[in-house]
Amino acid sequence: MAKRRSLLQRCVTPMAEIPRSAVLAVGIAMWAFLLCGWLILSNGGLVPPMFLPTPAAVLKTGWDLLQNGTLLVHVWSSAEVVLAGFIISSLIAVPLGLLMGTFPIVQAMLEPVVNFIRYLPVTAFVPLFILWIGIGEEQRITVILFGTFFQQLIMVSDVARQVPKDLLNASYTLGTSRASVLWQVLAPAAVPGVLDALRITMGWAWTYLVVAELVAASSGLGYISLKAMRGFQVDVIFLAIAIIGALGLVTDQGFRFLRFKVASWAQ
Amino acid sequence: MGAIGNSVMVESPVSLASSPEQVAAAPRAKLRVDNVSLHYANRKGGITVALDKVSFDVPEKQFAVLVGPSGCGKSSLLYLAAGLSEATSGRILLDGKPIDGPGADRGMVFQGYTLFPWLTVRQNVEFGLKRRKLPAAERRDIVSHYLEEVGLTKFADSYSSHLSGGMKQRVAIARALANDPQVLLMDEPFGALDSQTRMQMQRLLLRVWERSHKTVLFVTHDIDEAILLGDRVLVMSARPGRIARELTVPIPHPRSMDQVMEPDFIALKREILELLHPERESDETD
Ligand SMILES: Nc1ncnc2c1ncn2[C@@H]1O[C@H](COP(=O)(O)OP(=O)(O)OP(=O)(O)O)[C@@H](O)[C@H]1O
Ligand SMILES: [Mg+2]
Repeated sequence: MAKRRSLLQRCVTPMAEIPRSAVLAVGIAMWAFLLCGWLILSNGGLVPPMFLPTPAAVLKTGWDLLQNGTLLVHVWSSAEVVLAGFIISSLIAVPLGLLMGTFPIVQAMLEPVVNFIRYLPVTAFVPLFILWIGIGEEQRITVILFGTFFQQLIMVSDVARQVPKDLLNASYTLGTSRASVLWQVLAPAAVPGVLDALRITMGWAWTYLVVAELVAASSGLGYISLKAMRGFQVDVIFLAIAIIGALGLVTDQGFRFLRFKVASWAQ
Repeated sequence: MGAIGNSVMVESPVSLASSPEQVAAAPRAKLRVDNVSLHYANRKGGITVALDKVSFDVPEKQFAVLVGPSGCGKSSLLYLAAGLSEATSGRILLDGKPIDGPGADRGMVFQGYTLFPWLTVRQNVEFGLKRRKLPAAERRDIVSHYLEEVGLTKFADSYSSHLSGGMKQRVAIARALANDPQVLLMDEPFGALDSQTRMQMQRLLLRVWERSHKTVLFVTHDIDEAILLGDRVLVMSARPGRIARELTVPIPHPRSMDQVMEPDFIALKREILELLHPERESDETD
């Protein structure tokens, strides 16, 4: 009895740690609650199946599309575009962002432009990209690149700027040269923050992908959603949404795992 | 311990303090601070004079201590000596050569915690040795020697986030010592520690110094600490920072904590207190 009360007390204490079992329990409970709501609304007949499919119908559609191979084609088509756009963007944004956060001169040069572009909605550029690049994969990759690059740049430069200056100073007094301090001190100190920035922008990359696919594509999860809407196949739309969510969850966990592996010191 | 200290101390009169020109002239200056001024631009468009024409020498193998009120420019002075910032005018010389940037010949222990959090205790201590490209076997020996010296052998593979404040500063001291600098700059290294740990660290530093006789420039707020550790105490005045007085500490080595109670010690302490708080009555005996 005493133990129960202390758990309850911990749950209502700001910033108090709670046991792992409690974390798991409420996480599962929340999902169960949402699924139950869905079951009641659809199977209970409160919403017509034309607007809200039953969970069973979505699962069946998923199984059928998996069997005939179309599902994997579209999932892969989407994932390929996200990965390409995200990786190209990260490869440039991470080093450039580190330089920007380290050298005020680089920041002074890039920040005004970056902050201007950063607030322009990517969607506004989709027609322009279609005009310039066409409706192929390259166009969708460009949308993702454009959507994530400038955000990554700002986030990574903030991470670099927050590395305590005395860490650099300490390394100088231990014989590190100005040229190697970037690699010896700045880069390792920035690793956890950079991984967090990548994890967050990965989520945005998925969002931009679907936007791009809804406008112009001949494959991908956004594309099958749009096609399903025209054929009133609401179960396919739900399936696509569920898969995008699941893929997002998996990549998110992947990044968390990576951060845990390479930067366990920062846990 | 106290008995040994006493017998040697008889020959040193209490009033030995002061007469800086003689102190500076005798042995060769390892570190020479020559007419150094430092101005910061402040918000209102004016300037803050942090240091105003400061000059003094630290002879080779001397443990020199800077004391002074908060904000009088002690950290600024150490950063200048380390070559981490530039003076507005004047210069600082190491072995007669002007300092124009940081280097491994001047090790520093900072006022705040500066361990590299992505490295273990061992790797932190090894950091400077790696920059100097010493062979692995030699690095290992040096690191284990200094870890033992600061009593952290058991924590060699811990990350700094798992260490207490006192342990972090001990690693920082080991890291600076392991690199074998010619001059050791220490900026209130024990300032954030509780008095128990602080005394332990002072004892540790005394022991290490008595063995190595490095040239040290040490900053502190704590007058007991200054007298206990220093061969010479440089008292700074509040802003703009100036050297108000140089005092020689007549207490011979090896020193111990017990000497804090001895008359020489207390006389010196009173003198420093009066310099730092001129308005205050000297009725406080100990
Ligand atoms: N980067 C800076 N810009 C402007 N003013 C500064 C800067 N750094 C220090 N100062 C000013 O210079 C003076 C000296 O600062 P410093 O840190 O050297 O003092 P200190 O003697 O080490 O103080 P403490 O004992 O509190 O550590 C202070 O008045 C401070 O406000
Ligand atoms: Mg200071």
